[in-house]
Parts: sequence; structure tokens; C-alpha cells
Amino acid sequence: MKKLLGIVVFLLILYGALLFADPGARSAGNHYNLGERIGLNGILTLGAGLLIITGGLDLSLGSVVGLCATTLAVLLVDENWPPLLAMAAVLILGASIGLFNGLLVTRLGLQPFVVTLCGLFMFRSAARWVAGGKPKGLGTQFVEWKQLLAGSFLGLPIPLLILMFLAGIAILFLHFSVYGRYFYALGSNERAARYSGIATDRYRLMAYVLCSTLGAFFSILLLMKYNTATPSTTGEFYELYAIAGAVLGGCSLRGGEGTVPGILIGTSILVILPNLATMWGVPNELNNFVIGGALLLGAILDEVLRSKGAAGRTGPG
Amino acid sequence: MTSLLECAGISKSYPGVQALADVNLHLHSGEILAVVGENGAGKSTLMKILGGAEVADSGRILLDGKEAAITTVHQAEKHGIVLIHQELNLADHLDVAGNVFLGREPTWGGPLRLIKNSIHPEAEKITRRLGLDCSPRTLVAGLSIGQQQLVEIARALSLQSRILILDEPTSSLTEREADRLFQVMRDLKQTGIGVIYISHRIKEVEEIADRVSVLRDGRNAGELAREEIRHDAIVRLMVGRELKQFFHRHRERRVVPPGTRPALEVRQLRWSEQQREPISFSLYPGEIVGMAGLMGAGRTELAETIFGIRPHVQGEVRVAGRPVSIKHPADAIAAGICLVPEDRRRSGLVLPANVRNNISLPSLDKVSRFRLVLPQWERELAKTMCARLNIRTPGIGQTVGLLSGGNQQKVVLAKWLGRMPRVLILDEPTRGIDVGAKSEIYTLMHQLAHGLALLMISSDLEEILGMSDRVLVMHEGRLAGEIPRPALTEEAIMRLATGGEGS
Repeated sequence: MKKLLGIVVFLLILYGALLFADPGARSAGNHYNLGERIGLNGILTLGAGLLIITGGLDLSLGSVVGLCATTLAVLLVDENWPPLLAMAAVLILGASIGLFNGLLVTRLGLQPFVVTLCGLFMFRSAARWVAGGKPKGLGTQFVEWKQLLAGSFLGLPIPLLILMFLAGIAILFLHFSVYGRYFYALGSNERAARYSGIATDRYRLMAYVLCSTLGAFFSILLLMKYNTATPSTTGEFYELYAIAGAVLGGCSLRGGEGTVPGILIGTSILVILPNLATMWGVPNELNNFVIGGALLLGAILDEVLRSKGAAGRTGPG
Repeated sequence: MTSLLECAGISKSYPGVQALADVNLHLHSGEILAVVGENGAGKSTLMKILGGAEVADSGRILLDGKEAAITTVHQAEKHGIVLIHQELNLADHLDVAGNVFLGREPTWGGPLRLIKNSIHPEAEKITRRLGLDCSPRTLVAGLSIGQQQLVEIARALSLQSRILILDEPTSSLTEREADRLFQVMRDLKQTGIGVIYISHRIKEVEEIADRVSVLRDGRNAGELAREEIRHDAIVRLMVGRELKQFFHRHRERRVVPPGTRPALEVRQLRWSEQQREPISFSLYPGEIVGMAGLMGAGRTELAETIFGIRPHVQGEVRVAGRPVSIKHPADAIAAGICLVPEDRRRSGLVLPANVRNNISLPSLDKVSRFRLVLPQWERELAKTMCARLNIRTPGIGQTVGLLSGGNQQKVVLAKWLGRMPRVLILDEPTRGIDVGAKSEIYTLMHQLAHGLALLMISSDLEEILGMSDRVLVMHEGRLAGEIPRPALTEEAIMRLATGGEGS
């Protein structure tokens, strides 16, 4: 709870600074853009966060996004598949990749870092092969789908609304359901979870499938929003942004820690921070420096507070 | 013979435990001294002190009659004392010679510190003396455990050591490897080296030792000269103590009425091909059956196999007469078998989580609807259990990791009582917890034994004697025997546990 409070305060300070930074920042248009970006990134971060809570990790997420977006563009434009069918196919593709990663981790006992690092290379390459190395655009087609998935509703960006909906489900799942309990138990102490009769492998697998499926879903929105999938770059480094957002939001890479609200706040910080930097006139090239710096600062503060807290507990009284 | 090593008045305590109290020990050159004692008698602590891995609180160590300060492993090695642990400490990916000279490699090339090629013939000289017939360039990972042990001994010899301490060296050796090791020990003895040999296997002690020193509860219990070394004499020294008046509520021995269906039947169970014979036994409702044995006898493995943590290679488990297929703890729990594991912090609890979540973890299906946890029901479950087991915690929201050991153990029990098991297996249920919590757990076990069958694995003989209706004793992966309540004595248990014949 204390952790959550800390990042809420940090987010509010950033937001306040943003409002004071520039009249342009206060505009409805800037807010709409920020909301849309939070909506998109939040979906991906949610997937990465759920997985991290179980003690897993997915470095292939960005490549999965690239592969799914490219595949969708190819299916829609080159193969003329009906949109609904093409999207379903892409979601199934994402889920299968999650299953693949998860089985390698649970059945063969490979390290998640290694398995998904290999995926990062493989799926990126597969994306380029699917599209023949060239960017695939939707052109002016599928306008109604673009409006439905990436447009606005009641003046709010639809990706943000979708994120709100997904976050609601995720809160129910993670914080109120039996599954969530198993996720946390598994992430904190896999052994104790197994000794309690929990089918730990099944839930670890589930987390990988959820993560990759959310990645595939994200790629659909991404394509509808930006109209083009570039096989070599679409989704590149997104796994790192997603992990960064989740960690900033209180997920521990050791597993067993993190909350849905935290993940949403972490995502928002990572969206607002570069925007603020731009408003302050920080050169664009330093964008990732700012993000990395904020993450590092968060990690340092967290560690300092943690050791202080521990010292307080073991002290007299 | 000259006195090579002498320990005088060694004491060592850890928080809450007096591990060694005023222990004396001496060793002559050219002698094999066996140090024996029950689990926790202080053997390992004493050897760690001699090997420099621990420092004594008080007492003196004399080498050749001169006082020596040994505070680090390095110092011990300089004095010629080498301790070879039960778990070998070798670098798997280096070859034999590399391990023999690890950390002391002769080098050339000044600051480049290139390793001289001479380490291979040097190492071979030593290994051949030990009868280790492999090239010094063989990777250690490819050697058998027995061969690896010889590499450790070779390393000790290359250090010019005069005192060799072997901690349970034969526990993972085959009979032939053990014989080879004994031959090596006898050869070393001829060259004037003093060997201290720690073992649970009394038969081996009878075979090899020149003298036996017995420790009990961290004190000297007695010594036997070569001609006095006999199995029962050793056991008598290991055990001989008064039972503390702890189990005042000796309950009536429950007589299982004939024709009662066993709560648990284990038939021909085997979890490893290496076991010499499969294990069969039954537990009846209302019984507390103790399971004794020395460390490494396979008691925990047996419990974990019944509970589905380890796969079994042979055999069958029946609950209330019906065969059950157990491939995962979930199957065991569904059949009504629950396990309170040996290591509660690692296997029993999610330490960062709170009392409520830990208690409800295996019973979430009972406090949820449509897979959503009902907080009201969950709280009720946790509160009921805390009250029933008298768990002392500021609240059910308290982090389990912050509770005392006894209360943590009660939380583990609470996890299972919520499920109303038929069979409860408790592995070292009172290890490391204070006396008050201990007696509460005993009382609780007596209460539970009215309906369900309890199997209590314990290395604490007092506990076994005080609690059990009958006792199963394991020795080296097999059931060495069963002792009914009337015949239950520490001697009887130790005789079976150390590989002796049943009475």
C-alpha cells in the first residue's frame, strides 16, 4: 500500500509539473494523446505485469507484437481474410506463442529469460519473413474497424476505455479470484504453493498465455491506430517498456509482488514523463535516458525505504 | 604413540542451543578415531571447529601438545587439518589435478600467473597412492561419488595434512567404494596420519575404528577402546539419558480393533531404483505412529512420495481401502492425505503473505463462489483456525514471516485442518520451536488422533517415545522394523536405526 502511495504521489507531481510546463500541455488534444498512449501501453504492461507477479518474464513480447501486427496486415491486405477471422487468427497466434514459451519453462524447466530471449530473435525474424521484409499498410481500408478499435467514444480514446475494461477484469482476476491468490503464492514461493496442492505448472502456463495473448490484442489496436506494420521495428523494445512500467508500478522481478492499480500508474508515469521532458525542451534523443533514470531512481528509493523499514522493525521495541 | 591433537573443554552455543559443552577429544597419529552420536549430538559442530569453519566459544585445541589458534579453514589447513564434508566441495568443471591444487596452483610467467603443467604428474603421484586409477586430466564431473571423494582426500594429502576428518564419508558410496575408502584409511594410518571418522553406521565403525568417542547432547558420553567396540555398547552410550518429564499426559495405548480398515495403506512403495527393498505399512484411524531413523534414512523421501512431491517407481497407496493415484500433492490432498513438511519456511508457508492467506491457500475452493474468494468466509476460516490452534498473532492480517517458529508451525497445521484430512503426516513437527509451542502441538496431535491417522516423523527420540502408539524405524531407505508400544525403548529404536537386528 505504501509503495502504491509513493508512485501515486510521483505521478501527481509529474502531472502537476506537466500542467505548469506549457500551455500546449494543458490542451485537450495533449490529454487525448496521453490517454490514448496510456490505453495502448497499459494493455501490454498489464500482460507483462501479470506474468512478472507469477515470477515469470517475457522478453519476446515486443517481437510477438511485431509478428502479430505484421501477420494481421498480411492477412487483411494480401490474403483478404474477413477482419474478424483475421483478428481471431492473430489472437490464437499470440496464445500459441504464450503456450510455447510456457511449456518450455514449465515442462523442460528452462529459464524464462533464455526461452523468451530466443523468442525475441525468432519472432522478430518471423515477422520480417511473413511480410517479405517490407512494411505493410492498411491504406484507406477498414475505416470502421479503425474507428471501432482506435477511434474515440464520448470524446475519450477507445484504447483507454478498453484498458479500463481489461483492468477491471484483471482486478477481479488478480485481487478477488482464486486464480489471483494462486498467482501470488506461486510468485512468492513456488514450492510452498506446490506443497499446498496447487497445480503450479498450470498457472505458470496460464500467465504466459495471458501475457502473449494481450500482446497480440495490443498489436491489433496498434495496427488500427497507426495503419502500418513495419516488420523490423513495430513493437521493438516494447517488452522493455512493459517490464519497466510493471516494475515502476511495484511488480518485483522476484515475483509475488505487484497490483493492477500499480501497473496502471507505472504505465502512466512512463507515458507522461517523456511528454514532460519534451515540454521542458529536453532533446528527443534523451527520451530513453529520462525513462531509464526515473526507473533507476524508483529502484533506489524502493531499496532505501525497504532497508530503512527493515531496520525499524528489527530495532528495539 | 604421541598425542597429535587434543581438544580440551570445547564449548559452543548458538542462539537458544548449547551445541557443545565442555567437550574433550584426543587423537594419536596413526589412529582412526570414530566419533558417533545421534542427530544433533554435536559431532558436526565439533568437526567444523577443528576444520576452522566455526570458532569455539571457549576451550583449547592443542597440536603436538602446543596450543594452536584455528579460526579459519585456511589456518586449519596450515596446521595440517583437513575436513572433508559430507557434501563434496569440488569444482565439477575442472579436472582432477585442477581440483587437487585448486587455489594453490604452482604458476610461472610472473603476473600472467600461468599454471605449470607439472600439476598433472604431481596430482597423479598422489591419486595413484590412493588407488584412484584415472588420468589427472579427467573432469571431476565425470567421476563417481567414491572417486570424487578420493580426489578430496588427494587434495588433503597434497596439503601435507596430518589430520584428516571425514564427515559421513560412506553415506553416498556403494559397498565396494566404501571398502576401497576403508583400505585407503588404513593405508593413511600406516603413514602416521590421524583420521577422525564420523558415521551413523555402527557396523562400519566396528570394522574400521581403533577407538570410538561418543557424543550425546553436546557432551562427552564416553569412549570405547578397540576391544570394547560392539554395536550394543555404542548404542548404550549414544542413548543413555533420562527421559524428561515432558509427556506427562501419556495417553492410553489405543488398541486398534481387529478388522478396522486402515486409513492409509502403503504397499510395496519405492521411489528410487537404488532402494534395496520396497516399503509397506498401514496406518489406522486414531493412531499416532512415530517414524524414527537417522538423518538420510529416507523418512522425508517416503513422506514426499506418499504426498506426491516425488514420483514413485513402484507400489501403491490406498486410502480407506481404495487405491488412489497420486501424481501431485493435489491428488494426495483430494484423497485426504496432508503433509506438514520438514522445512516450514521453504515448503510450508508463503512467508511474505499474511496469516489469513496462508491458512486459506489449500482451501480456497471452500471459501469461494464462482472462483471468486468470499472475504467474509475466508476471514471466518482463518479466525476459527487461529482460535482453535491458539495461534498468537496480532491479527489474521499479520505477515507470517514475522511470527515465531511455533506459531508459524501452527499456521501450517491450520492450513490442513481446514481440509479435514484422514491422514496427517508430520515431518519433524517440533523442530526449532520453543517448549511452550511444542507442548501445544503435542496436545493438538492427541486431539486430532481421535479421528485421523497421524504419522509423525521425528529425529527427537523423546518425542517419538512420548507420543507414539507404535514406531516404525527406517534405515538406509528401507523399513528396518516396527516396535510396539510395550517394547518401546531408545535402545530398541537406535539398534534398528543404526542397522542392527531387531529384538
